[in-house]
Amino acid sequence: MSLLRAPVNSSDHVQGPDNAPVTLLEYGDYQCPHCGAAHPVVQRVQRYFSSRLRLAYRHFPLTEIHEYAEAAAETAEYAGFYGRFWEAHDMLFENQDRLGLPLFLAIVRYFGLSEQGLRDALAHGTFADKVRRDFLTGVRSGVNGTPTFFINNLRYDGPASYEALVDATAAQLEYVMTPA
Amino acid sequence: MSQLLATGIMAPDFRLRVTPDQDLSLSELRGQRVILSFYPADWSPVCGDQITLYNQVRPEFEKYGAEILGISVDGAWCHQAYAKHNHIHFPLLADFHPKGAVAQKYGAYREQDGVCERALFVIDRKGMIFWSYLSPIAVNPGADGILDALESLQNQEK
Repeated sequence: MSLLRAPVNSSDHVQGPDNAPVTLLEYGDYQCPHCGAAHPVVQRVQRYFSSRLRLAYRHFPLTEIHEYAEAAAETAEYAGFYGRFWEAHDMLFENQDRLGLPLFLAIVRYFGLSEQGLRDALAHGTFADKVRRDFLTGVRSGVNGTPTFFINNLRYDGPASYEALVDATAAQLEYVMTPA
Repeated sequence: MSQLLATGIMAPDFRLRVTPDQDLSLSELRGQRVILSFYPADWSPVCGDQITLYNQVRPEFEKYGAEILGISVDGAWCHQAYAKHNHIHFPLLADFHPKGAVAQKYGAYREQDGVCERALFVIDRKGMIFWSYLSPIAVNPGADGILDALESLQNQEK
């Protein structure tokens, strides 16, 4: 069983309370169709557990086979710099079939952010280090493809289906909540 | 499951096709650390993920002075098409004729299926096997084991 070598911390994008008993971390790629399919599933899992769950997301772009994956991740980070990470994240997955610069610019425009600012950030790789750091923590923790989930620092090797993720998360919740 | 060659012995040398008109031998890489990744087949989904992953992690391997070589029984033309399609930037060697001979030397051949096992070797600068790992054939072993091995190899040689 692979362990997460770099636990979720303040440099991560999270949704849900910091003291939630269970943290679900996804390593994903905005151009990966399996991640696209898992996106609404993860949202349902989040709704099911509500404040008992903290969700975190790290980038794991396979840039050699997904030409827009890196720029998409950097766009999410650019939006995140202005506090709009999760909205951008959702829009990228929900519009996965039309990834590309026009979409990235439309997303930042939607948030009232500077399009030129995004162009500059992509050109200079302003957020490339953050994306690479995410990728490397994944590699060292046994992420071998996307999406890969960790539930409280343990790699989850089951299917990315609603029922299976709910079961695994509930099992971890029960484990954490049971007095030793 | 196969019995992989043990660590602490010299890695058997080999010479294999790396492109339709070029060969590569292990001894040519003496002085570098080498990662051998035996895998069952080009194009099959798990290998795809595994080889794609190593392609993406290659700059990290290079930080440890390690070159990665993929080895399967596919022919050089097949490797060429596969590498082009997936933008693979490291050598894929064809253990094609006699089929699987190198994999057999390393204990990484599946006689019943006629393909290489999903097996990993890390070889030190002197050509000695430092670490090896045999993965279940359908499981992508990831890159964490390789990087851990390279890290301890580096610490040991300090």
